[in-house]
Parts: sequence; structure tokens; C-alpha cells
Amino acid sequence: MSMDLRTITIEPLRQTFGHLARRMGADKPASRYMEGTMDLQPVENYHYRPTWDPSHDIFDPARTRITMKDWYALKDPRQFYYGAWTLARGRMQETATADFDLADELGLATGYPAAGKKVINEVLLPLRHVAWASNINNSAVAAYGYGIAISQAAAYACMDQLGIAQFITRLGIAFDEIDALAEAKQDWLEAPVWQGLRHYVEDMMVMDDWFELFVTQNFALEGLLFPLIYDKLTDRLNAAHGPVLSMLTRFQREWFTENVKWVDAVLKAAAADNPANKALLGEWIAAARQRSVEVLTPVAELAFGTDGAAVLDEVVQQLNARAAKAGIPV
Amino acid sequence: MDMKVSKKLGLKERYTMMTRDLAWDTTFQPMDKVFPQVGYEGIKIHDWDKWEDPFRLTMDAYWKYQAEKERKLYAILDAFNQNNGHLSVTDARYINVLKLFLGSTPPLELMAARGFSMVARQMVGAGPRVACMMQSVDEYRHFQTQIHSISNYNRFYNGLDEFAHQQSRMWYLSDGKSFFDDAITAGPFEFMVAIGFAFEYVLTNILFVPFISGAAYNGDMAAMTVGFSAQSDEARHMTLGLECIKFMLEQDPDNLPIVQRWIDKWTWRGTRKLASVGMMMDYMLPKRIMSFKEAWEIYFEQNGTALFTDLARYGVKVPKCFGQTIEEKEHITHQSWIGFYMKPDACPFHTWIPAPDELDWLSEKYPNTFDKYYRPVLEHFDRQEKAGKRFNNKTQPMNCQVCVSTIKFNEPGDPMEMCFRETVYKGEKFHFCSDHCKEIFENEPEKYVQTFISSHAALQGKCEPEGTDVNAHDYRPGARMHAYWRMDKRATGDFNGSEDQKNFAKWRAQATKN
Ligand SMILES: [Fe+2]
Ligand SMILES: [Fe+2]
Ligand SMILES: [Zn+2]
Repeated sequence: MSMDLRTITIEPLRQTFGHLARRMGADKPASRYMEGTMDLQPVENYHYRPTWDPSHDIFDPARTRITMKDWYALKDPRQFYYGAWTLARGRMQETATADFDLADELGLATGYPAAGKKVINEVLLPLRHVAWASNINNSAVAAYGYGIAISQAAAYACMDQLGIAQFITRLGIAFDEIDALAEAKQDWLEAPVWQGLRHYVEDMMVMDDWFELFVTQNFALEGLLFPLIYDKLTDRLNAAHGPVLSMLTRFQREWFTENVKWVDAVLKAAAADNPANKALLGEWIAAARQRSVEVLTPVAELAFGTDGAAVLDEVVQQLNARAAKAGIPV
Repeated sequence: MDMKVSKKLGLKERYTMMTRDLAWDTTFQPMDKVFPQVGYEGIKIHDWDKWEDPFRLTMDAYWKYQAEKERKLYAILDAFNQNNGHLSVTDARYINVLKLFLGSTPPLELMAARGFSMVARQMVGAGPRVACMMQSVDEYRHFQTQIHSISNYNRFYNGLDEFAHQQSRMWYLSDGKSFFDDAITAGPFEFMVAIGFAFEYVLTNILFVPFISGAAYNGDMAAMTVGFSAQSDEARHMTLGLECIKFMLEQDPDNLPIVQRWIDKWTWRGTRKLASVGMMMDYMLPKRIMSFKEAWEIYFEQNGTALFTDLARYGVKVPKCFGQTIEEKEHITHQSWIGFYMKPDACPFHTWIPAPDELDWLSEKYPNTFDKYYRPVLEHFDRQEKAGKRFNNKTQPMNCQVCVSTIKFNEPGDPMEMCFRETVYKGEKFHFCSDHCKEIFENEPEKYVQTFISSHAALQGKCEPEGTDVNAHDYRPGARMHAYWRMDKRATGDFNGSEDQKNFAKWRAQATKN
């Protein structure tokens, strides 16, 4: 049915839903992010206890030691609801795909110097498995986190990490290094240089506290790994072999810069809620930073030779600065 | 000399590299600690590599397609809202469909989002993990686009504003809540049968096709666009659910009886939930698409028969409840609408007695039952209403311990008799709407004794608005249910005479007069 309507202005009865008006303290229009996020997770009157975890409710704040007066304070500064997230990623993948196409057309990747390829094969390609681990670990946050603010952002991060694992795989394919992908997997499973890191991400897979997992995976490990690889290592390879690698890792670089905003905002909000949180986050970060440095040291040496320790130290300073900005003493 | 030949990857090979080749069997932590939930339900999986990916969508392609869909969808929503599109719906009774939908559906899409995140975390195989996680974010999409499309209606009409508060509190929403709570508290494989298969595959069409076509027929471009836009996601969800069933059945013959019990259980639970969808089709859409009975015949009986014929090679039988649902298809929508009509104070949407031509339509669509059983009741209520004695049932309903629906359905084979079952467990008596619900209880009594039944909970003082003093001398449990529900009085009762009706008439006149 189509109907010709004149443009008229009618006075609405209300501006937004009741739960949002109460949250904002006024009846005023709410953003689509708020409409799709705030106060939507059930918090009461559950029918049954999980058969897989009878000591908790379906959604249960006690699945972490962090406490919050308002779990929706853990909101995403990017305001990613599904539509906003997928539009942002849609644009990023469009650029990335164009980059890969161009590299292919001009033979930039296949013509990449062997010395550079060797570093990429040995250092970069195994990282697709690290991204896969992050996919698993973020799915745990999405599954067991409390409130839709954290669960949806973790679900998107989980998919982002799958995307990253796939962009690394694509890089291997673009460099015509399908065999190298297999060798990289072998290294990931057996080469001593990777076993510390693999041990660490496997330990995270059995971590009970989802918030600690969030801090360990998303703040500490990635906070060191991404700058180490997509900033320091690409710079070094670019200087030697031209900017192709930067072009083909643009997604990861842009993603990290953006994702940090979310991760840091979550930490900042949790730390600001109460002193016990702040102390706990400090402990978690200190422990995760120490172990991350340990397991990344051989990787840094593989990538930067004798400069490894110094480069790693630079990225540790960046991480410390982020923690300080989030109000967490470490 | 370097003899490496440039390898061209086939589509399947490439997808494997992009997904399951990323995974590895953990060794620093044992696999059964990393994936602790896949064993306890009794499902035996010997080789996760045998999983056939139901679709092959890498993230770049996913983002590309989904971004295109979202761009179009929100452009249409914005235009619809700007032009006061709500005034182009057939008549204001239609908006009550949206009230019922907003309360019942987005909250369940959200549960699906969380549930699929959980299953995605627990599945050992990379193939099912990726597919489940993708479905999880799709379900975020669904609950958000549904809320976004209805949000503008909330600015102009009553009864939509407290859906978030009511989702866990409202008596008539608790059947859907118990359905998803039941699925999400089950193990990962049962969840896949419940939601991935029974809900997405067997029942989703009868939920969404009528809703989408109903929106289209009644001039609601916003809801129609949201529904259509979700269809391509649903196509993926359906193939995932079916693949999961096949995978379990192919992995071990011992899985068959477990899977069969779940199919029986979840098809029945889903059927009970659909009574309100049917009621929407037969009573609430001002312009009707088809009767619930017709939809049931196409989407459940015909498609279901084809599906179960296909699954027969695995030894799967048609769900036990199949026969009963066929008999009930001529009754449940009338019983449901009458049930809601009889409780005008207890739901945030309006009810009405169908107009004479609508009663005739029902007679035509339900030749075996309508004139015989239901028309007389409706006409009686109509006479009472017109005489100023509008029927209002204030008694607490009796609810089924499993599906939580009000016990109001008829005895199989006898439309005049209410079906009622009970069982005693550990000295306590429990009531059911049907043999199927009773059987579900008896299979897992420890689970179903927990069911949250709001009419019982209210009497125990568990349904009180914030700040209620249960120790006050004049405290009466359940006396403040309206406050507990945050029920807007304007949203309740008869459509005739409602604020919605008056406002819509006024605004539409302004927008259409020259
Ligand atoms: Fe959905
Ligand atoms: Fe779905
Ligand atoms: Zn029942």
C-alpha cells in the first residue's frame, strides 16, 4: 500500500524508551548505539541455571573479580553497534582489497626481495595463529562478559581477529608463499622461538575470569605485539625493501589504532569505578606485561636480531603510558 | 634453482586456509580443558575435520555484503521516519503487532547472539566455531535493527517504551524467555538443535515470513525492510543448523537417540511459542496475508515433511508432536486471542473484537472450528462490551511448568475440554499444558523445577517494584504488579477509545487532507 502523505510536524509523546530516559536522566533522543546496547541484557528472573556452570546464573557479574556499579559504563567510545561496526570494517576491507589487487597487478609482492620475504615468513606468518587465539579468547569475553556493552564489542573484536588472521593468510598467498604458511604453522607448533607465546595464549584459553582475560589478551599481549610488528618491524622492512609490506598490513595497523581506544576506555571506566578494581587491574597488567615480555623476547630477537630487547622495551614504554592514562598505576 | 610453482588455490582450499588451518590442537593445555563443554551431553564426535562448512564466507566478503545491506537498510529507515511513515500503516491496530513483536523478539535475538557466542567458544572444530561466531554477530544485527526500526513508533504510540524492562518481568513474555533460557543453559549441542535447528530451520519461516509480509501488506516499510534484510542472514543460519544435525548423526550412531529427543522437545517448545505469531496473523493484522492455519500447512507441514523425509536416512523420525500441532492449528490462535482479550489490564497492547467482515474471514479460513467454538464467544464478549460490561479476568492464570504458557489449550481430540496434566516430583505437584511438556519435565526434572513462573513468584513476593516494603503490615504480594511491570495505563485495554486510536486518526487526517 502506498499513501500520499503531506509533510506535517507532529509532537511526539516521548523521545525515547523508558530505560534510556532513566539512564540519561531526561527524556531526550538517544543514539542508535545506546538504543542497541544499554540495559538490554536480562539481569533477573532467570528460569534455569546453566547445566555447564550451575554455580552461576546465565549472566552473572560474579564471573569476574571486577565489580561495577554500572556495567554499561564499559561502553565503546567508537559507539559500535552492528551497523556502525560493519560499515567501518566494510570500508577498511575495501581499501585492503584494493591494496592487495594493486600489489598483485604490479607484481609488488611476488617481486619482494628474498631477504624481506624470509623475515615475513618467519615472523609475520605464524601470527595468524596468534590472531586465531585472540579470536577464541575474545569469544569467551563475548560469551561470559556481563552486559551488552562489553559483550558486543568483544564479539566484534573476535570477528576482527578472524579478519586479521585471514589478512595475514592472504599476505602469505599474495607473496606466493603457500608453502611458507605451512612451514609457519609448523614453527608455531614446534620451533622453540614460538613455544613461549603459544604456551601463553593456551593458558589464556583456560583463564576463568573474563575480565582478566580481556586485560591479558587485548591490553597487554596485543598492546606489545601489534606495535612491535605492525609498527617497528614494518618500518624496518620498508626501509630496506620499499613500502609494500605497509600497504598489505594496513588493515592491522588501522585496526589496532582504533581498537586501542575501546580497550583503554574499558580499563579506564573499570579503574574509575572503585579502588579495588584499580588495584586488581594494576596487578593483572603487571603480571601480563611481564609474561608477555618474556614470551615476546625470542620473537623480537628473531625479528630485530640484537636490537630485539631495545625495540621491545620501547613498546613496553608505550604500554605503560597507556596504563597510566587509564589511571592504573603499574 | 627455485622450482616452486605458483599454486592456485581452489575455493574450498582457500577457505580452509582462511579458517580451520588457523587452528591447532593445544598441547600446553589439554584440549578437554580448553573446550570443557563438548563431552557432558553424551554426544560423541570422533573427527571434527569431517564438518562440512555450510557456507564459505571470509571476513572481507562478510563485511562487504553486510555493510551494503546496512547502508540500504538505514537509508530506508531514516526516510520512513522523516516522512512520518507510521501514518501510512493500514490502521492503528497494526501498531499493536509491533508492540507484541518488540517485547517478544529483539530480546530473544539478543539471547541468540549471546548463546551463539557461547557455543562458538565451546566448539572444538574451527569450522563450526567460525560459523557460530558469525551467527552471533548476525543476531546482534537482528535485535538492533528491530529496535531501531520500531524506535520511531515509540515516540508516537503507547506500550512500546518499557520493552527492555518488561522482557524479564511480563507474564506473557516468559514463554519466550523460558525457551531461550532453556536453550542457553543446555550444553552446546543441545543449543544447536534448539536454536540452530528447531528454531532457525523448522520454525523461523513461520515466524518471519508472516511478520514481514504482514508489515508489507500493512504499509510498514520499516519493519518490512528490516525483515527482508535479515533473510540472507537467516539462509546462512538455516544451513548451519542443518549441517550441525547431520554432523552429529554422521559422527556416531549413539548420537541418534539424543538428537531425536532434542528434536522432539524443541519442535514442541517452538510450536508453543508460535501461538502468539498465529494470533497476530489471524487477529491483529488489519489487512491479512493468510491464515495461521494456511501458513502452518505450508511452512511446517509441507516443508517439515520434506525436511524429515530427507533426514530419514539418518534414522531421524518426524517430531512426536507433529500430529498434535496439526490438530491444534485450527484452535490455538483463537484461544490465544481470546485469552489476551480477557485480560485487558495485564498487557501493554490493545485488544478488540474483530469487525463483522473479519469474523466472516475467520469462518471461511477455519470452517471446522471457528463458527462452532469461537465465534459465539467473541460475539458474546462483543455484546457485553457494548452493554458496558466488558469482560475482565483478574484471576491469576495457571501456567505450564515447562513452556510457561497459560494453561488454556484444549484436550487432544476434544476442543471443549481444557488439557491439563500433572506430575508429582519429590512430593511437590507440577502442572503441564500437554503430554509433551510433561514428558520434557520428566526427562529433566531437576532443570524444570526451577522454571520461573511469574504468577507463582508474584504470590511469593518476588515480583515487587523497587522500594516495596515486604514487611509493611498492609503488604499484599502481587498487589503492585502494574508498577512492577512499569505498565502505562494508556497502553492497556480496548483499542476502541484508546489514545493511539485517537492520535492516529487525528494525525492521519492532518497528513492526508489537501
Ligand atoms: Fe535472528
Ligand atoms: Fe537467525
Ligand atoms: Zn507446556
